[in-house]
Amino acid sequence: MELSNIEKLLERYFEANATVAEEEMLREYFAKEDVPLHLKEYAPMFQYFSIAREEKFTKQVPLKPRKKSYLKWISVAAVSILIFGIYLGRSYQEQKKAEYAYQETKKALSLLATNLGKGTEKVAYLREFEETKQKIYNKN
Amino acid sequence: MQQTEFLNVVLPFKDKLYRLAKRLLVSKEEAEDATQEILMKLWSKNNMMEDYNNVEAYAMMMTKNFCLDRLKSKQAGNLKLVHSNYKDENVSLQNQVEVSDSLSWIEKIMEDLPEQQKMVLQLRDVEQYEFEEIAELLGMSATAVRVALSRARKTVREKLVQKHNYGIK
Repeated sequence: MELSNIEKLLERYFEANATVAEEEMLREYFAKEDVPLHLKEYAPMFQYFSIAREEKFTKQVPLKPRKKSYLKWISVAAVSILIFGIYLGRSYQEQKKAEYAYQETKKALSLLATNLGKGTEKVAYLREFEETKQKIYNKN
Repeated sequence: MQQTEFLNVVLPFKDKLYRLAKRLLVSKEEAEDATQEILMKLWSKNNMMEDYNNVEAYAMMMTKNFCLDRLKSKQAGNLKLVHSNYKDENVSLQNQVEVSDSLSWIEKIMEDLPEQQKMVLQLRDVEQYEFEEIAELLGMSATAVRVALSRARKTVREKLVQKHNYGIK
């Protein structure tokens, strides 16, 4: 590019009136070796900007996967359901046990009742015996 | 949004975030930490990320605010040591040293600029943003950006010429 053109561009550059494309032209121009002496002092500026653009961010960023919290809540829900289930199962079993006990006592009581019935039958004989005994006493 | 998807969105501009952070915070480690922090913040908000039409601008804004806050709290607390005047004294590579030397001058000159000018210069000359983008990012008018940029460039030129003359005299 012509020298006068570059000088004009430089002027616009320092007044901040140059466009991005024009600034790119300047950077390209100063990246070359054969810059006239009176412009040489600007060269490091443009070279520096080109070099500064190359700097990279190399550190690794530890990104925690978001699924973790999701899983956590699922496990909390699972545990609570399990505990509730155990509780329900327990109470159901208790109810069954109670029913069984009720049936058993009922059986025992009915056994008792039948035996008691037999007892009263026998007592009826005894009363007859008593009556005849009284008759005999009265006669005497 | 899945992790790989997120990385693909972030990949094109994560270096820009880092460079802006480094420009403001100077130290490499702090800039890395800041960038990491910003990326993690973005990740934690990634459900909302689809709503932002320009994730890059948003991330740059976050970086700017984060670094400025850092600088403020650093001024209140104690200053960190920064290796800005560390030099590699290798004589056999003198030519190379000379070149990288004058480049590191510019870095040092830029360190001394006011923060606003630093950011404008970084965004324009290094990242090649348009004036409108810079204006929106920094919350300035486009004209103010131009003024700040012109001032920053002229300061760099002036200091560079000074340094060159020191070398000769």
